[in-house]
Amino acid sequence: MAHATAQAHTQQHPIKLYLVIWAWLFILSACSYLVDYFQLQGYLRYSLIILFMMLKAGLIVSVFMHMAWERLALVYAILVPIAAVLVFVAIMALEADYTLLSRLVFFATGS
Amino acid sequence: MTDHALTDAGGTLSGPNNLRSIATDLSSDQRAFKNVPWGKAMMWIFLLSDTFVFSCFLIAYMTARMSTTVPWPNPSEVFALTIAGTTLPLILIAIMTFVLISSSGTMAMAVNFGYRRDRRKTAILMMLTALLGAAFVGMQAFEWTKLIHEGVRPWGNPWGAAQFGSSFFMITGFHGTHVSIGVIFLLIVARKVWRGDYDTERRGFFTSRKGNYEAVEIMGLYWHFVDLVWVFIFAFFYLW
Repeated sequence: MAHATAQAHTQQHPIKLYLVIWAWLFILSACSYLVDYFQLQGYLRYSLIILFMMLKAGLIVSVFMHMAWERLALVYAILVPIAAVLVFVAIMALEADYTLLSRLVFFATGS
Repeated sequence: MTDHALTDAGGTLSGPNNLRSIATDLSSDQRAFKNVPWGKAMMWIFLLSDTFVFSCFLIAYMTARMSTTVPWPNPSEVFALTIAGTTLPLILIAIMTFVLISSSGTMAMAVNFGYRRDRRKTAILMMLTALLGAAFVGMQAFEWTKLIHEGVRPWGNPWGAAQFGSSFFMITGFHGTHVSIGVIFLLIVARKVWRGDYDTERRGFFTSRKGNYEAVEIMGLYWHFVDLVWVFIFAFFYLW
């Protein structure tokens, strides 16, 4: 991404590029469907789901949305704030664990 | 002194694209996002805010699912369909995923043909994108109908944790709304492309601004984002 040259207003890529990415998205989607089809469980399942998800998201953002060819100032302005979401996920995961613990301790019979 | 040359608004950008360029871009006069049309920058910022909205929904879902003491309904079974005697897990969702990815592919090509000023191909590909988007919404409506008939409500369902229904309707409903709005915008922009508005720089009826093919790319950004959100919903809600 850092080596991409920012060309003003000329987003000219061969159509083949989009067809290749399209094919890859199909393959990755099929892979994530197969994770469910073969009923993989546990950490293998979760890591595969995350892996295919991140690869698909990366392809869509970088190629389809042309992020790979944008100037870094815009790329960072959009991608850096996403870190806040990850922090929020961590906070709420801790909170959910605490809620579950309280429910198990004080309301062991109900929901 | 070479750094100062970069701070000129507009003009050609020949400088490096690295951390230093971010500092010079952001501290420059008039505009921080060089060589990005304002509409595109605004769409990116809108998409960032939309990312936060969907993140909040998915985080709420995560919190509900992690903290409930009641078993979560197995999405693999809930969304299974029986086609010609064989029960396939999650098959409708898989088809919806492929349809949405295909629509993203046609949209990307429409943007490309737009910059090549190929009016006809751009409009046809955008119409195709809209058609695939409409098909997606149709399948979602079918899915909702099926689940509602099976007794899924925002406050409960026959299989387990009550929060399943509220998470499902909230997340997929909001995403479906985005797809529906996207289809409407696609049709509007496709009509403008077909009519040649962006070749003649005809002024828009609402903003009176001159249109050009950047509008197709901005439309494309929104559409790819809708696809992007589905990638996360598919992974976290349906597969997890």
